[in-house]
Amino acid sequence: MSQHHGPKPVSPHAAKVPAGPLPAEIREKIVELLGRYPSKQAVTLPALHLTQDRLRCVPPWAVEEIADLLDLSPAEVHDTLSFYGFFRPATDPLGKKRLWICRSLACALRGADQILDEAAHKLGVEVGGTTADGAITLELAECIGACEAAPACMVDDEHFHHIDQDGVLDKLVGELRQA
Amino acid sequence: MAAFEPVLLQRLNKPECKTLEGYRADGGYRTLTRALKEMSPDQVTTVVKDAGLRGRGGAGFPTGLKWTFLPKGNSGPVYLCVNCDESEPCTFNNRYLIECDPHQVLEGIILASYAIRARVAYFYVRYEYGTGTRTMQRAIDELYAAGLLGKNILGTDFSLDVFVHRGAAAYICGEETGLIESLEGRRAWPRIKPPFPAIEGAFRKPTIVNNPETLANVVHIVERGGEWFKSLGVPPDPKNPRDAGSYGSKLYCISGHVNRPGIVELPMGVTLRELLEVHGGGVWKGRKAKGAIPGGNSMGICTEPEFDIPLDFNGPGKVGCLGLGTAAVTVFDETTSIVDVLHNICRFFAHESCGQCTPCREGTAWMLKIVERIKRGQGRLEDLSILEEVADKIGIMPGTTICGLADGAGWPVKTAIRKYRDEFKAYLREGTPKGGTSSGMRLSMAAGH
Repeated sequence: MSQHHGPKPVSPHAAKVPAGPLPAEIREKIVELLGRYPSKQAVTLPALHLTQDRLRCVPPWAVEEIADLLDLSPAEVHDTLSFYGFFRPATDPLGKKRLWICRSLACALRGADQILDEAAHKLGVEVGGTTADGAITLELAECIGACEAAPACMVDDEHFHHIDQDGVLDKLVGELRQA
Repeated sequence: MAAFEPVLLQRLNKPECKTLEGYRADGGYRTLTRALKEMSPDQVTTVVKDAGLRGRGGAGFPTGLKWTFLPKGNSGPVYLCVNCDESEPCTFNNRYLIECDPHQVLEGIILASYAIRARVAYFYVRYEYGTGTRTMQRAIDELYAAGLLGKNILGTDFSLDVFVHRGAAAYICGEETGLIESLEGRRAWPRIKPPFPAIEGAFRKPTIVNNPETLANVVHIVERGGEWFKSLGVPPDPKNPRDAGSYGSKLYCISGHVNRPGIVELPMGVTLRELLEVHGGGVWKGRKAKGAIPGGNSMGICTEPEFDIPLDFNGPGKVGCLGLGTAAVTVFDETTSIVDVLHNICRFFAHESCGQCTPCREGTAWMLKIVERIKRGQGRLEDLSILEEVADKIGIMPGTTICGLADGAGWPVKTAIRKYRDEFKAYLREGTPKGGTSSGMRLSMAAGH
């Protein structure tokens, strides 16, 4: 579940998180999704995804706005949000790209723990942290289902395979820095 | 014996079939067309039930039987939830299905929805499958444009909507009632059963939750009939009246220390040894295997001498594993420390326990702490019996938790200690495994728990 415990220092790039309200098109998409489900609450996860995709975090004002659109209490939205370590607070938003390195069994048997350490060293951040330029957030992942290509990682929601091969991780990190 | 001709993976190397046009040109949606025009929903259910298809998600419950549990004469909504959360470590068979042959899965979804009289199907897919999610969405869009989804499909009075719903990286969403809670917009805390979803599921309505591989099988069963399906796999054990058999083919995932990791479709019942030696290319670096997990982390561990078990619904149980699980085999070689393997597995479950039931939340955390201290060289001999005691007391089977996550967290602990006790003892005495470790699995700064 939550990958972060205890108070975290405010990330340097947190200042860039915009104030509300949610952009009109995000609000419209949320309202549009209401037709798919017999309850408004079911739009909670899709709404959180739309918000984080845009803002790289889910600020408290967005929680209130989503709650308002879904006829929920902000506490109900927050209850769901806080269950998934996936969503980021405004004090610690994701960088432009999220690099997740899988550490579960199939990847670990092929060196995932070292790669995670290596990536942290290369990026100069701890796992969970974001580079000072706000380009890359490094996270660990539990099994991402790319075990035949272990060790593997994800950039946002796309898989990258065999990242232990020479230069693959360097090249990927280089590309992410430019993104 | 002639090589088995893949059924579910027949379009693995036909990327043109990812489009509706290509899939149709390859014979796709013919079965659906015939079923909608010539069969009643109950006839579809009967075919699936008589074929003996069992769920491919892990529990192996008979699919057609599950469908018959829906309340009779129900006039309200029924939902199909497709469980593509696939988060069991070392498992990726459904990723192949949705990335390589999305229309096969969708044909199964539409057929199943017709059989259970669902008008809405939710395709719940783990966030980590971004590519597969987009492939499925494109295929769904094509179906709406072609009148194969939406109102009055193929001019019949059957209507169906399919909506993609993305998860947010939580293992527990693969538990069917956790999935339903997550779909409804709440924390994915599994529900107490009964009522089972067929009676009261999504949005408190009758709901069937099926795995994509299960649904893909439905297409071929309706097309070729139950007798064909039963010609594949393993019939029930005559000595066990409760055995429903292991019919059909299965997608086996192979990973870890093997020369050719990958996916292969075979009739149920291949031995773990054949899977490793023939299909996985043997153990890497010319080494020997020390052991394997036969069906995802939660099924427990089997030793190399146990590799002759058939990977059907009964085989892994014969060597004390929990079951076939997802049929995802991960092999570790002789140089790997069993402590490393168990530490990795315990870390996973401690991270993924949803926290609802105290025995699981605390038990998985304590098992990790104890294995971690053993790994660090600070273990005590009594730690082994403490671990076994904790593992025995958490789960549905001892009756202390709501879902099976804790059983699956305890099983690797119990099987590892029972089967590799000497190695654990040696590690506790000497602080290092015999022969050292090359797996490099270590206490990482990135442990993150």
